[in-house]
Amino acid sequence: MVQRIDRDLSRFRQVVRGIVKKELRKYMSTGELVGRQGKDFVSIPIRQIEIPTFRHETRKFGGVGQGEGEPGSPVAPGDEAGAGQAGSAAGEHLLEVDVALEELARILGDELELPNIRPRAKDVVEAEHGRFSGIHRNGPESLRHFKRTYREALRRQVASGAYNFDNPVIIPIKEDRRYRSRRTIHAPETNAVIVYVMDVSGSMGDEQKDVVRSESFWINTWLRHQYKGVVTRFIVHDAEAREVDEHTFFHTRESGGTRISSAYQLVARMIDEEFPASEWNIYVFHFSDGDNWGGGDTQTCVGLLRDKILPATNLFGYGQVASPYGSGAFINDLAGQFSGAENVVLAEIANREEIYSSIKLFLGKGR
Amino acid sequence: MSMVSMEELAPIIREIEGHARNFGLDFFPVSFEMLDDEQINMVASYGGFPTRYPHWRFGMQYEYMQKSYGYGLHKIYEMVINNNPCYAYLLNSNQLVDQKLVIAHVFAHCDFFKNNAYFRGTNRRMMDELANHGNRIHDYMARYGQNEVEDFIDTCSSIENLIDTRLLFEGIARSRGQAQSDEPPSRDVPRLRSKSYMESFINPPEYIAARQREMDDAKGPALAGGEVKDVLGFLIEHAPLPNWKRDILAMLREEAYYFAPQAQTKIMNEGWASYWHEKIMTRCVLNASELIDFADHHSSTLAVHPGQLNPYKLGYELFHDIERRWDTGRFGKEYEECDDIATRASWDRRTGQGLEKIFQVRAIYNDMTFVDEFLTEEFCREQKLFTYSLNERNNRYEVADRGFAAVKEKLLFSLTNMGHPHIAVADANYDNRGELLLKHSFDGLELRRDFATATLEALQRIWSRPVHLETVAQQAPLLLSYDGTRHTERALTAEVTA
Repeated sequence: MVQRIDRDLSRFRQVVRGIVKKELRKYMSTGELVGRQGKDFVSIPIRQIEIPTFRHETRKFGGVGQGEGEPGSPVAPGDEAGAGQAGSAAGEHLLEVDVALEELARILGDELELPNIRPRAKDVVEAEHGRFSGIHRNGPESLRHFKRTYREALRRQVASGAYNFDNPVIIPIKEDRRYRSRRTIHAPETNAVIVYVMDVSGSMGDEQKDVVRSESFWINTWLRHQYKGVVTRFIVHDAEAREVDEHTFFHTRESGGTRISSAYQLVARMIDEEFPASEWNIYVFHFSDGDNWGGGDTQTCVGLLRDKILPATNLFGYGQVASPYGSGAFINDLAGQFSGAENVVLAEIANREEIYSSIKLFLGKGR
Repeated sequence: MSMVSMEELAPIIREIEGHARNFGLDFFPVSFEMLDDEQINMVASYGGFPTRYPHWRFGMQYEYMQKSYGYGLHKIYEMVINNNPCYAYLLNSNQLVDQKLVIAHVFAHCDFFKNNAYFRGTNRRMMDELANHGNRIHDYMARYGQNEVEDFIDTCSSIENLIDTRLLFEGIARSRGQAQSDEPPSRDVPRLRSKSYMESFINPPEYIAARQREMDDAKGPALAGGEVKDVLGFLIEHAPLPNWKRDILAMLREEAYYFAPQAQTKIMNEGWASYWHEKIMTRCVLNASELIDFADHHSSTLAVHPGQLNPYKLGYELFHDIERRWDTGRFGKEYEECDDIATRASWDRRTGQGLEKIFQVRAIYNDMTFVDEFLTEEFCREQKLFTYSLNERNNRYEVADRGFAAVKEKLLFSLTNMGHPHIAVADANYDNRGELLLKHSFDGLELRRDFATATLEALQRIWSRPVHLETVAQQAPLLLSYDGTRHTERALTAEVTA
């Protein structure tokens, strides 16, 4: 009995996967999944999938109820069940289905046709795992493989004619014994660090931050799928830059001007001190509305990028979130300087709908 | 709180069964099984039949039930299956007093299954039948592929409410057995066997051509006398399906007819069971220490939730009301015509026919006729029934009317045809092109359009020629059509007769 429902349950999960796939663009632009994240899974709200039938449009019709109340007083607000239950129409349920982040990443990869990331050639840290997946002729008794031993003994007895069909006693001798053995697996262990940098100057509003939050959710999902250990760090900047925790990152609001170079300096120092490029795959994503101070600061940024940041990173992504205040010049300045660079991706995100394409752009390089 | 084992329960079951029989309840043998919450949710996902065919929506049901059980939102205390013997599943975490209540409840359900007229035609070996269906569908999946079969089940499920409940009394044709070949009936003129040089003499081409024209002209099956409400049955007979699909459609139709009486008698069945568990518990079974727990659980079963009609409560109160009325003689011409409130209120002819009456009612009524016949103005007032409807200005449901006529009308509407729209096959050779025309008998409520178009697609997949639905939208008759690739709609000129 248990197997039956398990089978149907996994069929249902497949159906859900299909829906998530189909609706991925919607999920990405509404940011619905962000904040529904557990440790290893994300819970996705879907309308209970209904098989269509001919049915009445009962929304306005209402029904029959029981209890107190004068005409005009509200009954359970928004509840469509009512007398419908006495008939047949079941209420609509919202179903929360847990989908593993791993799974979500796979769907993301499939839909956006993302290439797998090739870690940069570097001193790859190798980790050793042991698995008892081999079979040996000798070993400790505690690891004896009963089934294999029995099979060997049976085979030998049948082959030598010692097997008696009426009295099928199997007696293993020493040569029959088989033992599980440990095999060592060398797996390259690669670590990645993602540094998110965000402009929190007065011109970045809540809407812009929401976009950044969605972007970071999907980038995290993908990179966590690609690397074994992923560390995330957060830097906010206006005229000054500082490192903050995730919560602060998404909830800080500063006023004042923007000096992007301050942030790039901090990133360069962080890489220098904590994440040597020989051991880490480094990702830097910077989100801003593209409004930088004058006075040659952009030039400083370009210098920092070229000399310090780009040589060390797998990917530098710059997402320019449209805001009514930003001039949006910064992306053009970067484009002018780094148009040919392999590990620089520049994306303009005019609205939520463009999150989808920008993610594709960021992660489509396979770096 | 401790779990009660089946061994401890066995003598209690026997005792309660004895009480139930003494009260006059009459049921098939009942086989009790104890399940844990996971198991009972699983059985419930399959509609009570753990051997049912595989389908993703049972998995969805299960996921939903497990989640809401986990959050403490819902709990299944028992399930009873209409079968001979009846199967009853008990939840193993119920306390002893709950188990007693539930067992009494179960026996009353079983009595209802056995004696209510609408269940007469149901297959009492459904447990075996559904296991057979499960096996057959398993086989088809192995042969034609899981996706293929599952998609077809989805398609069939889309139209499984298009049945004719009147057939419950005429005996529903059982699903047809598997035929030998998987070919759809040939559309060619049958030829006699001949040697090639004799062919033109034995099967003269002119004759063959003439017959072929005849057959082509008679494209669709003629409808004998008007509309066919049993759309599923009609499709099984006439849709060009390979045999395995026909078989699946037939199985699902049989299941639909099996489950229909339960949907038709929800209020009565639950009311009847609640009436009897209360009577059996309070008269015979309860001991003093259990009284408070019993009262608590009994009243939560019958609780009134704002804006909802609890079928347990409504049925229970109606049965009590009927018993009271027939005990005191508050029925018949003389009582009906009495309009003095005081006399009516103290009316008592000591007729004492209450118990007899409710047994009769449980045998020959369904929810619709039950409410129609026995929901009185006094009852409506005492039970504080009201209608509610959507106030579009603030988008909330509001109490609309406490009037007897309005309440009864709305309630009966939701019970008519189990709340489904009336839709029947009107023409199988529509426009003389072998296309299928369904007609929705408009009764004041329009169809949900998105669902209607999706259901048309399912119908088209079965019929394989274009399909049409005549319905009403915005007070004007409308023809929805789907030809396999495109949806079209066309206003019809005929007058609406609603």
